[in-house]
Amino acid sequence: MTPTTPTAPRPLRVDRTKAIDTEAWIMRVLLTLGAIWLLVGVVLPLIPMIGRSFRDNNGEWVGLGNYLRYLTTPSLVQSFTNSLAVALTTTLLACGLGFVYAYALTRTAMPGKQIFRTLGLLSLYIPPLAVAIGLIFLFGNQGLVTTGLFGSLPELNINLYGFNGIVLGEFLYCFPQAVIILMTALNLTDARLYEAAEVLGASPIKTFFTVTLPSVKYGLISAIFVCFILAFTDFGVPKVVGGNFNVLATDIYKQVIGQQNFAMGATISVFLLVPSVLAFVIDRIVQRRQTALVSAKSVPLQPKPNPTLDRIMFAFCTLVVGFAIAVFATIILASLVRVWPYDLSLSLKNYDFGSVGGGGYRAYWNSIRMSLYTAIFGTIIVFTGAYLVEKGRGLKWLRSAKYFLSTIPLALPGLVLGLSYVFFFNNPIWRIPFTGMAIYNPFKGLYGTMALLVIVNIIHFYTVCFLTATTALKQIDPEFEAVSASMAVPFYKTFWRVTVPLSLPAILEIGIYFFVNAMVTISAIIFLYPANLPLAAVAIVNMDDAGDISAAAAMSTLIVATSLGVRLLYSWLTRGMRARSEAWLSR
Amino acid sequence: MVNDLVRIVTQAFSARRRQRFLSMAAASFAVVLFVAACAVSQEDLQQADSGAAGSTSSNDSSITVYTALEDDQISGYLESFQTQNPDITVNIVRDSTGIITAKLLAEANNPQADVVWGTAASSLLVAEEKGLLEPYAPAGVEAVNPRFRDDANPPTWVGIDVWMSAFCVNTVESEKLGLPIPKGWADLVNPVYKGHIVMSNPASSGTGFLSVSSILQNSPTEAEGWAYLDQLHANIAQYMHSGSRPCKAAGAGEFPIGISFDYRAVSQKNEGEPIQPVFPVEGSGWDVEANALIKKAEIKDAAKTFLDWAISPDVMAKYAESFSITSVKTDVPLPEGFIADPEAQLAENDLRWAAANRDRILEEWTKRYDAKSEPKT
Repeated sequence: MTPTTPTAPRPLRVDRTKAIDTEAWIMRVLLTLGAIWLLVGVVLPLIPMIGRSFRDNNGEWVGLGNYLRYLTTPSLVQSFTNSLAVALTTTLLACGLGFVYAYALTRTAMPGKQIFRTLGLLSLYIPPLAVAIGLIFLFGNQGLVTTGLFGSLPELNINLYGFNGIVLGEFLYCFPQAVIILMTALNLTDARLYEAAEVLGASPIKTFFTVTLPSVKYGLISAIFVCFILAFTDFGVPKVVGGNFNVLATDIYKQVIGQQNFAMGATISVFLLVPSVLAFVIDRIVQRRQTALVSAKSVPLQPKPNPTLDRIMFAFCTLVVGFAIAVFATIILASLVRVWPYDLSLSLKNYDFGSVGGGGYRAYWNSIRMSLYTAIFGTIIVFTGAYLVEKGRGLKWLRSAKYFLSTIPLALPGLVLGLSYVFFFNNPIWRIPFTGMAIYNPFKGLYGTMALLVIVNIIHFYTVCFLTATTALKQIDPEFEAVSASMAVPFYKTFWRVTVPLSLPAILEIGIYFFVNAMVTISAIIFLYPANLPLAAVAIVNMDDAGDISAAAAMSTLIVATSLGVRLLYSWLTRGMRARSEAWLSR
Repeated sequence: MVNDLVRIVTQAFSARRRQRFLSMAAASFAVVLFVAACAVSQEDLQQADSGAAGSTSSNDSSITVYTALEDDQISGYLESFQTQNPDITVNIVRDSTGIITAKLLAEANNPQADVVWGTAASSLLVAEEKGLLEPYAPAGVEAVNPRFRDDANPPTWVGIDVWMSAFCVNTVESEKLGLPIPKGWADLVNPVYKGHIVMSNPASSGTGFLSVSSILQNSPTEAEGWAYLDQLHANIAQYMHSGSRPCKAAGAGEFPIGISFDYRAVSQKNEGEPIQPVFPVEGSGWDVEANALIKKAEIKDAAKTFLDWAISPDVMAKYAESFSITSVKTDVPLPEGFIADPEAQLAENDLRWAAANRDRILEEWTKRYDAKSEPKT
């Protein structure tokens, strides 16, 4: 825009400049608010955490002392290599199988795709502790598989406790995440490329390697990055089925929960951050080269039937889904039997949580309420945030900074995030490092409220949602914004009337993702939940601790059923809406 | 002339620059305002430095209680408190001992709890060392067995019950594998048990530490204690990250023997699991579940009322229904499944020594046994 000249301004022109002025200001205010949100939610809480790694337990400055101690303790260094081994194996498995699964869903004409789409994400709905319970009942020393259904089938002992068990559990946890990302990547393609390949006489295998793989390479890298970090930082699974196989996340648990040694806990957290941040930087460098895959002229690919391939893929998907269903079915079974494995008579008494602790149905309703808030506010914040970063104008440095900050939460393990929040939000006075100044903590009132629980959940699951929103926004031709701007339609109207309706499938996906994750998460919440707000996932931990495994399994079943129910209800209610908003994609 | 000036000024502050200038000004103003509004008075800063000094009493009638007592017992205990004090609202935060202690320490800058109830004395000693507890002598403290309370006066912590190490032995699996039922610690190093015993990892669980510390304290010399642990280690299949998990694993037949604690073993047996609780002949390591008042700027009268109630005879009678030893003698008969003379079963145990040497013991333990990271095959 050229600035107005004082000579003979035409009235129309003045009006427009003013309009754009206010619009630019709204954009700036929103961008700044978004940046403050990420600063307070992500960066500032990490400062006291990292600060503690340079002090001993009594707050005396020890410089790199903790790091030296860590590096000279052989068992701790062993944990580091163990964590790497687990993360690499899980990533390979989850992304490999996840790719085939996503390929089957997007590029073949196999039957039952809708069902596989829902069930493929099943293990995302199962609380991690319940996954571990299910695995023990299947593959433990008395497990159904190990004993061959108590002797009626050949026995199969996979040596659950240790590396095998952790990888199996982490696989269930990472697989759905890989599928979500890879499905998005495989969906975005241009059928014209395949037509060209066919016309040029390329074999299907050659087409796969020269067209398909290159076009999803960025999605594949993202999936690898997400799976690696999730498997590297999770502590729920190794805690229960890890046996004597130590990993970094259980080391943090031992230091913080077992010995209340926050200084060492913080030091290990920093070690946990290093590979995550490294993986993140590599991912960023690679992704920078990504260009739009889909232009306005692209033609969506319609998979053609190929009976052999379709049948193989169907078998494969059934097998993978079968495994997740087997684990879930075992959990349901565990919630119904009286004394596993000695008295297998069934009863529903475990669903009456009156005699066990943890808050029972009150905890269940609290969890639903918290997850609902997380889904609603999280979706609004993530989507507007992604919109401003992706489609905003001006303040380019702020937008890049916001992009960077939005991807950091993925690298933060929940335990680290939760502890950081305690140190940061429950401190009445902040000292500004190196200045000797101190200010009152303006956010102190949040501690011990539902609001902080919702905030920590939104931040904890921010990155995957942000990446989903960004991918969706990149699909929308920038010409919409250009046309709106030239017609002097303010950006917020374009946002509301064009962007939101077009991105509706992604928005709904984000909402569900927030909901199911908030239902099952423990690690970040366990330090933050207040006395008057018991939560279902925490109740599972408490019931399991108290030996009420059946009740814990019952609560897990309720959580999975709720998440599945919400998911189905959601897709049923929004069927018409999605059909309309997806119509533009399939023309 | 005037027109020229206007033009120069207008150009200098052309729309773009004016915008940038205004936004910078607005931003700096906001930052200044924010810092000024939040600047801390010297008084508060000093108070923060010296811990919550100058505590005052208050009549606020809602208290937050942190506890590691078993979840299913809490509501039963609280009944009598609520009938006696209908106007006091009690908010319970229940979690495992480790999480409760970690929460207490993490919240040191701004304590949320008013009272800790039924949490391991060894953990409260850590909190005491950090200056988080306020000494308080609850009404009726004279009746408490001096072995189970802080010896200072007024005491920092007062015990309510005792828990001790015990073995959970799965009789069905033992029979299948032809294992004899062990009688005490000495039996556990018998090579027949190789790979059949699980215990809590002392680095992540108080129960695990209890066993290790009592073995060290009751061996003729500490070196002999470590020598015993070396032998035991050869038979251990897994060190688990919770005090109750070894017993649960035994109850589900995953491993025939779990080194855990008495209450767990007895309650699992009563629920129909094929568990035989074994109290080692050499004596059991033990710890006290104790109460304490949290040091904070405003200490509520209701918190003291709660602590008085928590050692009163009628709630002691309730504790005695599930624990074999209570800190105040009751005439409640011993609950089913426990050993006949529980107090005689307690091994020599100096809680202060254990607290003072905890870091050293755990470091040595980790060096010796925790590096073994390969899964058993």
